[in-house]
Amino acid sequence: MDKPFRILIAKPGLDGHDRGAKVIVRALRDAGFEVIYTGIRQTPEMIATAAMQEDVDAVGLSLLSGAHLTLFPEICRHLKKKGLKTVLVFGGGIIPDEDAAALRKAGIDRVFGPGTPLQTIVDYLKEKLPVAR
Amino acid sequence: MRVSNDPKDLIKRVRRGDHAAASRALSLVVDENAAGEPLARDFFKSAGTVQKVGVCGPPGAGKSTLTGRLIGHYRSLKRKVGVLAVDPSSSISGGAFLGDRLRIMEHATDPGVFIRSLASRGMIGGLTHTIFGAIHVLEALGCDKIIVETVGTGQDEVDIASVVDTVLYVTTPAMGDEIQAMKAGAMEVGDVFVVNKADLAGKDKAVGDLKGALALGHGAGQAVKAWESPVVATAALSGEGVAQLAKLVDEHWTHLKKSGEGRKRLKRQHATELQFWVHRHVVKNALGRVTDKDLDDMVTRKTDPATLGRKLLQS
Ligand SMILES: Nc1nc2c(ncn2[C@@H]2O[C@H](COP(=O)(O)OP(=O)(O)O)[C@@H](O)[C@H]2O)c(=O)[nH]1
Ligand SMILES: [Mg+2]
Repeated sequence: MDKPFRILIAKPGLDGHDRGAKVIVRALRDAGFEVIYTGIRQTPEMIATAAMQEDVDAVGLSLLSGAHLTLFPEICRHLKKKGLKTVLVFGGGIIPDEDAAALRKAGIDRVFGPGTPLQTIVDYLKEKLPVAR
Repeated sequence: MRVSNDPKDLIKRVRRGDHAAASRALSLVVDENAAGEPLARDFFKSAGTVQKVGVCGPPGAGKSTLTGRLIGHYRSLKRKVGVLAVDPSSSISGGAFLGDRLRIMEHATDPGVFIRSLASRGMIGGLTHTIFGAIHVLEALGCDKIIVETVGTGQDEVDIASVVDTVLYVTTPAMGDEIQAMKAGAMEVGDVFVVNKADLAGKDKAVGDLKGALALGHGAGQAVKAWESPVVATAALSGEGVAQLAKLVDEHWTHLKKSGEGRKRLKRQHATELQFWVHRHVVKNALGRVTDKDLDDMVTRKTDPATLGRKLLQS
């Protein structure tokens, strides 16, 4: 059997609710991924360090407060600084379409809006990760 | 600073203390990638040089929180700490939720701390087949203390006591009934017993019950043991009792080095590591070659398990 892909789910920013993140964590586990969850209020440096030490294939960022335009690119910069140039980064939260394009340029591969079916995220990772590895 | 998979380069970087290289080396080793084998051979040279502390006990006892506190203690002494936190893989999906890191975030960006979460990947109990290889990476990385966190209550075939030097068995006052019902296996596994969540009601009773159960273990007429497993109360959230726990961990290490017990344990660890290796390579390999026709041949009695088994092991 192939080794499971490893995914870090992190919540940057200041909002303290992580129910959404926990639902994704469970869905990914049930889909056969090894999921590392580091909790709320993560700084970009914390997220990048965890991604490096855990040698994950993907990093999923969940954010409710509208700071994605500054936080998401900053996280990508920290990941690159740690030598993680190929890790797949995706995000979720309330993110307007016009911001999604800017985020893609910054290195976020895909942004999922609120209410995205969990299966869509699972399918996306199952399609993307084997190519990346 | 891209991390390559070139073994020589990886070995050099790991031995220089490079966390990114150690992380990649860990992946190669725990994924049982062929490229991990030369690394494992080299890293084994560092085996047994520093104390490996196991933190075991039932889920929710506070093992991860306590691990975070121990890291804090060792960091205040400028020691480098490596942590391996093992959680079970789902036998249905093969996936796993690795949530121990969540409780150790205080040290998330400390360059003197390296934390890796591992999934049990098919192994029953709180361990994974590649745990030894993972430990050797951290030994080669230059960690001064290595902490292995696993669920586990001493009931598994291979337990944490065959992997580390010093086992901390963590319970809580809320687990009083479990303490009373603790089986012999659990009592033998612990080198230090911890009643965590000492801020909760019932701490004294839990400590007393544990001491009573331990005393029962060595009844009258038995020789006095060189190491009597102590019981210590901690409150991992506030940090109370952690300094005392760390002192006992140090004392156990001194005991292991002074008595012959340390060497005995190291031998047992290597025996278990060899057992895992042979199991993974011989058993897995042989069973991987069983064909559907072989199974049919047994149904039609053209062959039998013993004949087939010998054939598989010889080819
Ligand atoms: N009251 C109290 N709660 C604690 C203590 N240590 C840990 N906890 C809590 O117990 C829960 C489980 O802790 P965790 O470290 O994840 O346990 P593990 O499953 O054994 O690793 C968490 O909610 C912790 O905050 C303690 O000393 N006192
Ligand atoms: Mg834990």
